Amino acid sequence: MISSILFTILLVIGVILFTKKIREVIRNIQLGRKLDLSDRSSERWATMARVALGQSKMGSRPVAAFFHVLIYVGFIIINIEVIEIIIDGVFGTHRVLSFMGGLYDVLIGSFEFLAIGVLAACFVFLSRRNIIKLRRFHMREMTKWPKSDANIILFTEILLMSAFLIMNACDYQLQMMGAEHYSRATGIVGAFPVSSMLLPMISGMSVDSLIILERSCWWFHIIGILAFLNYVPYSKHFHILLAFPNTYYSKLTPKGEFTNMESVTNEVKLMMDPTAAVPAVDPNAAPQRFGAKDVKDLTWKQLMDSYSCTECGRCTSSCPANLTGKLLSPRKIMMDTRDRLEEVGKNIDQHGADHDDGKSLLGNYITEEELWACTTCNACTEACPVNIDPLSIIVEMRRYLVMEQSSAPTELNGMFTKIENNGAPWQFSPADRMNWANED
Amino acid sequence: MENFKVLTMAEMMANGEKPEVLFWVGCAGSFDDRAKKVTKAIAKILHATGVKFAVLGTEESCSGDPAKRAGNEFLFQMQAMNNIMILNGYEVTKIVTGCPHCFNTLKNEYPSLGGNYEVLHHSQLLQQLIDTGKLKVAGGTFKGKKIVFHDPCYLGRANNEYEAPRSVIQKLDIYLTEMKRSKANGLCCGAGGAQMFKEPENGVKDINVERAEEALQTDPDVIAVGCPFCNTMMTDGVKNFNKEDKVQVKDIAELIAEAIDIK
Repeated sequence: MISSILFTILLVIGVILFTKKIREVIRNIQLGRKLDLSDRSSERWATMARVALGQSKMGSRPVAAFFHVLIYVGFIIINIEVIEIIIDGVFGTHRVLSFMGGLYDVLIGSFEFLAIGVLAACFVFLSRRNIIKLRRFHMREMTKWPKSDANIILFTEILLMSAFLIMNACDYQLQMMGAEHYSRATGIVGAFPVSSMLLPMISGMSVDSLIILERSCWWFHIIGILAFLNYVPYSKHFHILLAFPNTYYSKLTPKGEFTNMESVTNEVKLMMDPTAAVPAVDPNAAPQRFGAKDVKDLTWKQLMDSYSCTECGRCTSSCPANLTGKLLSPRKIMMDTRDRLEEVGKNIDQHGADHDDGKSLLGNYITEEELWACTTCNACTEACPVNIDPLSIIVEMRRYLVMEQSSAPTELNGMFTKIENNGAPWQFSPADRMNWANED
Repeated sequence: MENFKVLTMAEMMANGEKPEVLFWVGCAGSFDDRAKKVTKAIAKILHATGVKFAVLGTEESCSGDPAKRAGNEFLFQMQAMNNIMILNGYEVTKIVTGCPHCFNTLKNEYPSLGGNYEVLHHSQLLQQLIDTGKLKVAGGTFKGKKIVFHDPCYLGRANNEYEAPRSVIQKLDIYLTEMKRSKANGLCCGAGGAQMFKEPENGVKDINVERAEEALQTDPDVIAVGCPFCNTMMTDGVKNFNKEDKVQVKDIAELIAEAIDIK
């Protein structure tokens, strides 16, 4: 009875804290500029099914893809087990879903195989990060926190899976010993193909100690899951939830198509024809700056991108600028955007919506040198397993630099002038455009 | 041209004629000495296959691509709207370009500004000409040579066209090989995003050197390209390894025109 109440209280606190953080994240994402992505919904569902659910873009790196699928399937299916744990916890029942009979045995048995798969994957991933030290996990932007974040998650999963298997082993042993509350007249409930191998380790224990061990693992497992749930929104691990909406709202136009800025279209139309009909501007609206200086100048989708990034570094490891030693790293662009957005969010919580901390994404986080190194080749967007678009953020900041600050590299300013004066990025007379046809 | 005269839209209109396709030459194709050879090869193929085409000539202006990628949206839209005014004035419906950057911009970014055309990269038009039997290619001077194709970002990843250029050069009975990073994983030559017009940022290596090295690792006779910027970058990259005597860098249009000696 007491344990049921305690469990329910913990569950409610866990869910309330999680909801509060999620609302904060949604508020932060909505700080971005408006963008209507309500079109092409069937294509969007299909993209989400293919890229997020089906993990279609992971396969380009088969080793990571294989172990990632293990963790992913393990995570989703073991959550079915969590449903049972929650019901048992609230109502003081034990293995409440066992009425399913043979199916239940199959489920519990497969959870055990998945648990061992997840354990293996976590060890492989830990060694890739800490022993093999893959280059993309040790780049400039992979500072202390991003590194520990990944390790914390992997260790936690190892602990949770171990607790799950030890709990099952104790349960199995208790059932065989005929312990009250655990054993049934109908025989053994559940199948324990993996945890039964742990039996020799606990064979000498008394019923009372087994119950204490089983209960400790049970409590550890569920408290661990609640803690993990609340850790996720602060972590790179947020992708397990955001991969779905983020791929749903993927860019569906060709990768090479950049947005045409409507505000510019209206001005250009007026320049070419002062009588042109352009939408009237609301005189009370604050003028929007061209391009992006800070997170609020980005669209909500670009901000959602930043929360969806799991810092795997596939973008950066395929970026031609980064590969040849330039400062630019598309992953850093995403990490900086998220860090700055979190900072802006905290400012709002502490000082109100209009607070200006004098900082901005461009300048305090991202430097001009990084932005100008981009070749807009789309290798980063192609590589991202959850369809994040770092390139659009880079271009938006270039727009700010050029159109608000006139701060392009000198050679580019020269190129602009040549296009303006002679219609080509080089110094040639337009009259010579056809010369090729008359030369040998 | 030696054997025929390239007509402008204005000249054609004056004759009361309309071309089947407008050949958008692009700035590199008009002014860069290396790219001009590709332009001529495309014109020769169009002429030899009986495609009625015209160019804008002095009425053509930069598509605006480098301005847009560099963040100068004003300049891009000024260029785009002026070009659209001219293209629409001539009632152009179909365009072929020799440059993936012009191709991408005209195809994807002009429609919402009022310019709606069927836009093809020259590799796509060549494939259509081969498919319809107008262009007959079988072997030729490059027969048996080892050729590696370098994907232009703005044709490949940007517009998902990986097959047209490959299927065109395969008609030459050559041995087509691939680099470690190809198609969707292809590495940029380093010129996109207006990099062509500026010095690279500080780093340990130039991108075109990295890419040329990768291409040279396949030990090719020819590095085939489909973009004037890639052409420049790969040519310089090959020179960096002093391999320019052994390895040629050629556009797919040049390969076709030379292989079957189109004049």
